[in-house]
Amino acid sequence: MHSLVTIADLGKEKILSLLASAARFEAMPNRKTLDGRVVATLFFEPSTRTRLSFETAANRLGARVIGFSDAATSSSSKGESLKDTIMMVSNYADIIVMRHHLEGAARYASEVSPVPIINAGDGANQHPSQTMLDLYSIMKTQGTLDGLDICLVGDLKYGRTVHSLIMAMRHFHPRFHFVAPTELAMPNEYKLYCREHGIDFTEHTEFDETLINAADIIYMTRVQRERFTDLMEYERVKNVYVLRADMLRHTRPNLRILHPLPRVGEIAYDVDDCPQAYYFQQAKNGLFVRQALICDCLEIEG
Amino acid sequence: MKKEELLVAALKNGTVIDHIPSELVFKLIDLLGLQNEKSSVTIGYNLESEKIGRKGIIKVADRFFSDEEISRLSVTAPNVVLNIIHDYEVVEKKTVVIPDELHGIVRCPNPKCISNNEPMSSFFHVINKEQRLLKCHYCEKELNV
Ligand SMILES: [Zn+2]
Repeated sequence: MHSLVTIADLGKEKILSLLASAARFEAMPNRKTLDGRVVATLFFEPSTRTRLSFETAANRLGARVIGFSDAATSSSSKGESLKDTIMMVSNYADIIVMRHHLEGAARYASEVSPVPIINAGDGANQHPSQTMLDLYSIMKTQGTLDGLDICLVGDLKYGRTVHSLIMAMRHFHPRFHFVAPTELAMPNEYKLYCREHGIDFTEHTEFDETLINAADIIYMTRVQRERFTDLMEYERVKNVYVLRADMLRHTRPNLRILHPLPRVGEIAYDVDDCPQAYYFQQAKNGLFVRQALICDCLEIEG
Repeated sequence: MKKEELLVAALKNGTVIDHIPSELVFKLIDLLGLQNEKSSVTIGYNLESEKIGRKGIIKVADRFFSDEEISRLSVTAPNVVLNIIHDYEVVEKKTVVIPDELHGIVRCPNPKCISNNEPMSSFFHVINKEQRLLKCHYCEKELNV
């Protein structure tokens, strides 16, 4: 049995085998694979979306679910250390899915816990099941992960999902196009990462149809007001990075639009009806990917 | 014979830690846990040094430090020299080598790092020894020391 803390720990073969497993779960999501097992979901930081996805994954595999949905109802509100909470819960559960506001919490938990830990987000650090569902969505819509043109749009500075996606795609020869306002541009460390791993990328501050029409995947992210030191700049860019249906008239037929959700306005509602919109199915894919991840960490055939 | 050489020579067996920047003497005592040392410890500071202006020196009788103990000095005082004394003679000079991992020595600068919020030790990987670049094992933030 093993934990899943970061996507960086997964090699190419492992990623591909997890995606194949997720596809088998999609074909048949309701099974008794985890009959008699207990899955704990410890959400020290609330995230309804992620928690429901993991709990549904566990339920559809026949497992029982225990846990809490925010720290206020957990013993950590009484000052209990993370270690003590993990040790207590590991007496009851076969695997722990945890989300925590502190960075590195899942790594630490995985080192003290006798049962596997799945990181469902540790602050601004890692959220590997999100990355896996992004990869699954790309694979499913494009038929391959290899050699794709991927536009990453919006907040590329703080958006951990795009950083993890770059790291996970390193095995698959992507061409990235970074589209962000100057204040939220891709940090140097990730551009350096791309250069070190031979990943092609271009950088843009304008989000226009030239880019859209040459893309296989457009990955939109939230541009959040609180990220800006200059509110004038926020007012200027918030509408520049909005995708509307009329921008999708001349795209590649295989183009799909992804977004980690929830959106706050960067994808207009009229896009929802376009064939390129894929963000709702993307979220649904999270279920199958999480079934695959839980079984993999427990080393149970999925 | 100069006075400080005399101090060194006066030790029969043990270790003389030399070329310590004066202001770091007590920090080093702390890092090496010498407060609890049973054998005799001689501490000098504000001694004149051609190399570093004013230096400190710590002599510990009958005590030889392991590589792990010496590596604890690699962030605070990378340039100190440890003279190993046997029978009044310096038989070996050891310098500090920065290790591949640092446990409990450097505090993570990220206030949202788990290592600053749990009763646990910090843990850094040394990713570049020349540039003295560390990476937190937990929050993955990089740090220059
Ligand atoms: Zn840290």
